[in-house]
Amino acid sequence: MRFVSFFADGKTLAAPDALKPPDVSAAPVPFYKLPVLDPPDFFGHLPFSHELQAFLSGKLLSFDELPYPMDMIHEHYLHGCLTYVKGIAVDVGGSFVCKRCGNDKPRLFASFSCFRCKETECVYCRKCLVMGRISRCTPLVRWCGPQLDWRVDDVALEWDGDLSAAQKKASDQMVSRIGDEGELLIWAVCGAGKTEVLFHGVEKALKAGQRVCLATPRTDVVLELLPRLRKVFPGVTLAGLYGGSEEKSEGAQLIVSTTHQLYRFREAFDLVVVDEVDAFPYSYDQSLEYAVHQAKKGNALLVYLSATPSRKMKKSASLGHLAHVRIPVRFHGFPLPVPRFVWCGNWKKRLKKGRLPSNVVDWVSHQLEVKRQGFLFVPSVAALHQVVALLKAGFPGIEGVHAEDPERKEKVMKFRKGEVSIVVTTTILERGVTVPFTDVAVLGAEEDIFTESALVQIAGRSGRSKDDPAGDVLFFHYGRTNAMVDAKRHIEGMNKEAEL
Amino acid sequence: MNYCLYCDKGFYDPVNWRSVLGLADEVHFCEVCSSSFERIQGEVCEICGRSFSLFPEKYRQENRCNDCLRWEEDDKWRGILAKNRSLYVYNDFLKELISRLKYRGDAELVNGFRQELKGVYRQEFKGCVAVPMPLSRERHYERGFNQAQLLAGLLGVEVVHAVNRVLHEKKQSKKSRRERLEMRERIFMLGVDEELVKGKSIVLVDDVYTTGATIRQAAIVLKEAGARSIASLTLAR
Repeated sequence: MRFVSFFADGKTLAAPDALKPPDVSAAPVPFYKLPVLDPPDFFGHLPFSHELQAFLSGKLLSFDELPYPMDMIHEHYLHGCLTYVKGIAVDVGGSFVCKRCGNDKPRLFASFSCFRCKETECVYCRKCLVMGRISRCTPLVRWCGPQLDWRVDDVALEWDGDLSAAQKKASDQMVSRIGDEGELLIWAVCGAGKTEVLFHGVEKALKAGQRVCLATPRTDVVLELLPRLRKVFPGVTLAGLYGGSEEKSEGAQLIVSTTHQLYRFREAFDLVVVDEVDAFPYSYDQSLEYAVHQAKKGNALLVYLSATPSRKMKKSASLGHLAHVRIPVRFHGFPLPVPRFVWCGNWKKRLKKGRLPSNVVDWVSHQLEVKRQGFLFVPSVAALHQVVALLKAGFPGIEGVHAEDPERKEKVMKFRKGEVSIVVTTTILERGVTVPFTDVAVLGAEEDIFTESALVQIAGRSGRSKDDPAGDVLFFHYGRTNAMVDAKRHIEGMNKEAEL
Repeated sequence: MNYCLYCDKGFYDPVNWRSVLGLADEVHFCEVCSSSFERIQGEVCEICGRSFSLFPEKYRQENRCNDCLRWEEDDKWRGILAKNRSLYVYNDFLKELISRLKYRGDAELVNGFRQELKGVYRQEFKGCVAVPMPLSRERHYERGFNQAQLLAGLLGVEVVHAVNRVLHEKKQSKKSRRERLEMRERIFMLGVDEELVKGKSIVLVDDVYTTGATIRQAAIVLKEAGARSIASLTLAR
């Protein structure tokens, strides 16, 4: 887009070419070519749009993302309620940096001849393109007018459940930290009841008028958390954000979001809880970490939740750099099922010949006999197709699910309802899906994809219900690996710590 | 190490005699993405360039497909489009890619097709003037660029913006075939002096050939201005 700059009351200001003051004759240029702008003075006596305030507070958005006409946005700029900032900056070394996603890799910037700014090489960021293109010629918009104010008198936690002793310890720790700046790791085993642990801390923050965000890597979790939170915090404005979400509760005090959606926020939250901090894609994508850090205020409290913290995080916890609290026991109080290792020979060679290891076949037929459902994890999509075809030929109620599967949701639903007895899957179902009376087996547990944390998560799928706390966990392998041994040790360690 | 233009996965160039001698073309896509492109090969409809191997025999008569036969039966449209040639089958992968190019605005993606497009141009359209299919001003502003113009620019030949779009698109992709074929309103106008078009062989460049209706609408404008022949070249069919 093309802008002009002009002086007014001793300040350098900017206006879109179409909205420039009549007496300004400067030639229009792309936004990045403007001189350094001054923050406009705030005219407190002039009215402003509360809708725009709610929409834009704590966010960094492009014009295209704002459902308001340009002249209205620009009027708020002139009144000092918002500022224009560069979408793509150039750092001291001369390389580009995307101000939305933090991308600074030269290969992820490209340029095109731009119809909007008339430059032949208008640079844009290819990294965060799916959220709408940020190019060099177009500014991002930030709210700098009056702060949002929530009615905190109505905030009350309406929940009368009980916390276990271990949950309470973690909950108390979190409550005592609300209002502090810093980080806290809550290291809770799979099935510890993490959500309840957050309730009292979140209540305290909301009552203090803080803006709170619960971030999780997966949309399913956002959808699962929303109704629970709406029920326990009825007096709070609550919004759920995920790719494709259409909920319109702008300016909500409590936000449940996928980690990806945090790119749009800036210095917005006093408390951010990051769920499954180790989970793909969070741990593999540094820019998501950037998103979390940009979205929180400078003096915010950052709470990490994980059943399987990364090595780095565990180390800084044990060295005392990262405050942490552990919940080594499940909410139902029974120990975690400990995996058993079962050698199954060269299963890849067998698959090539169109056969499965006999002990795997025995496991499947045993599950069907005793009418218990089961997860069978396999290391790759290729293996998944082979195993599913072989099992389907011999048994009823077999289904395979992988990440790209168009029927993924339906198949998982069928499994939850018990219409599918054995679901063969890749690591995508290692988290989240919880079905009672389920056992777990892994074929090819020695493969690299089955890291310690993946195996701990997988083992955590069994024994989730208090009516069936002792599920079976089998690792079928062709040579045990350190990851397998570490996973077993991890689980035994948690059980020992819980004195079970 | 190269990075895939589409999925950003790192990969190494395949090693063979051509690459050792420095003759090989630059590789833009990783192995997985490369294998997702379905290059149109073998027998094609002599007009629209669709691959005969991909649809039932009963929709074909000799060297033409039934859709093209219908166009050629119509007095108004007979011979308006000499032929169309497309690089790839418009499969799910290419749909995703083109939607990222157009709707997300990832202009850089076109650079992955330079060699292939040039190749087809050399084989099929040598000497033709390249005319990109235009966008309306509104759509052009919204997108920031015209993907057809970017594709035409890859050919390394003279590009003439000979046609303007005067009717704003209701998204073509949301119209039914029937709506597209009716074409009551005039959506294109000549955008340059007739002299630049008269007697010329022209190749219209676009991202996708679907029904051929839009391309023929532009072609008829050029025909009326005296162009000798009009053909089209698209990424997908």
